[in-house]
Amino acid sequence: MDTGTVSALEFENVSYQYPSEDFDIVDNLSFQVEPGSFHCIIGVSGCGKSTIFRMTNGLLTPKHGVIRVDGASVAGRKGYCGYMPQKDLLFPWRPVWENVALPLEVKGGFSKQERRAQAEAALEDVGLSGCGDKLPQELSGGMRQRAAFARTMLTGSNLLLLDEPFSALDFLTRISMQEWLLSQWQKHQKTILFITHDVEEALFLSQSVLVVASTPIHTLTDIPVPAPVPRDRSCLKDPAMVELKEQLISMLRKQVGV
Amino acid sequence: MRRACKANLPALVFLFALLLLWQAGATGMNAAYILPSPTQILQKLWELRGPLFTVHLPATVQVSTIGLALSLVLGLALAVAMDGSETVRRMLYPVVVVSQTIPTTAIAPLFVLWFGYGIWSKVLVTVLITFFPITITVYDGLRSAKVEMSELLLTYGATRRAIFVKIKVPCALPYFFSALKMAIPMSVIGAAIGEWLGAQSGLGYFSRRMMTQLDGAGVFAPIVLLSVVAMAAVGVVALLERRFVRWRGES
Repeated sequence: MDTGTVSALEFENVSYQYPSEDFDIVDNLSFQVEPGSFHCIIGVSGCGKSTIFRMTNGLLTPKHGVIRVDGASVAGRKGYCGYMPQKDLLFPWRPVWENVALPLEVKGGFSKQERRAQAEAALEDVGLSGCGDKLPQELSGGMRQRAAFARTMLTGSNLLLLDEPFSALDFLTRISMQEWLLSQWQKHQKTILFITHDVEEALFLSQSVLVVASTPIHTLTDIPVPAPVPRDRSCLKDPAMVELKEQLISMLRKQVGV
Repeated sequence: MRRACKANLPALVFLFALLLLWQAGATGMNAAYILPSPTQILQKLWELRGPLFTVHLPATVQVSTIGLALSLVLGLALAVAMDGSETVRRMLYPVVVVSQTIPTTAIAPLFVLWFGYGIWSKVLVTVLITFFPITITVYDGLRSAKVEMSELLLTYGATRRAIFVKIKVPCALPYFFSALKMAIPMSVIGAAIGEWLGAQSGLGYFSRRMMTQLDGAGVFAPIVLLSVVAMAAVGVVALLERRFVRWRGES
């Protein structure tokens, strides 16, 4: 047995190639994420950061290598991570609570009352109590994302993969959702991986930023964020943070071929 | 209800104007065996209410109902099969389309030869023209389900069956109702065509018999009845749709 703590997520020499391409977009990638941490993966559009998520949640199977969640390989496993895609994907024909309860419904073994109770509790937790019987179309963009987050929480997984969840929101809603997400993370002690291409968002949210410095992805460059947790938006004005922000932007801009 | 009446007001006014025009034209022409006036048709409908409502209407409703039911079973099965397998889709889709190029009125007499003057030759005509819209529309509905939604459920560990029940079926439901609203009038037309070509009862048969007697109003009376029945059935489906489909085209 290993003496140290088991990583929440571990990639070991993982490669992936899309059938339509002639190179490995993820090439022999290894990295580890410690339990209870909050990391942002940042990179330009199309660099393959979503591919990392899709391999982790089992939608794609790696060509080589092993992915471990809580120490065990993900191959053949189910329900070990909560995945929240960019679009909220709330089913418009289901009331909000039935959307939130979907992971329980798929897992099976819960009565309707139990599902309802858990969904209402999760909704209350994200500040949407009383919205359970509404249809998703009646909610605002920010409320829909919070409902989608409640749904992700009900997967019961300790590892949450959030793929640009706030990118479709307007600026003011986005920054309040970021603060809200941090408070949720501190409350629930989950391990969160958060994909974004917004440098400021990455700096504000994460303990350390994992930068995709090149495509194909060989490594993720781990850059610690010099700000205390819990934090508020004023930390973004720190000279160290401003400097890091400029450094990240120049790293990423090199890859934008315009 | 009042709002519905208000919304339909332009259509009603227009229809009324057309009927007035028809009435005036028919009265001017004064040749009821070619062009009976609307009032003559209504009068005829009243005179013939006995045989029309007790014999011929039930016969036609029976044929179109059986035909529609078989079409639903066949259409849904084909749509699900084509959605489930790419090979099945490539095999069936062209055949389904080709089946619609068959001129029904030309081939229907053959059905009478094959299946006799009973209801089954008419049912077959009905099925032949109604299964197509059901198959294609429901298939489109099943395909409209978003891949991302299925993927999300997959990450929760869902089976193919769960994805079908929780995503595909709800996505196809509005399409299904559209298909039904298209198929109902066609099923009545199909039944009437079948009866026109060979039958002992039914509104199509009755209409044809009146034709041989040069009774213009008698030809139209069962046709009016057919339209009313079809419209009533579509209305019922529309009510069911409002009950079951709480969303449409939103995503």
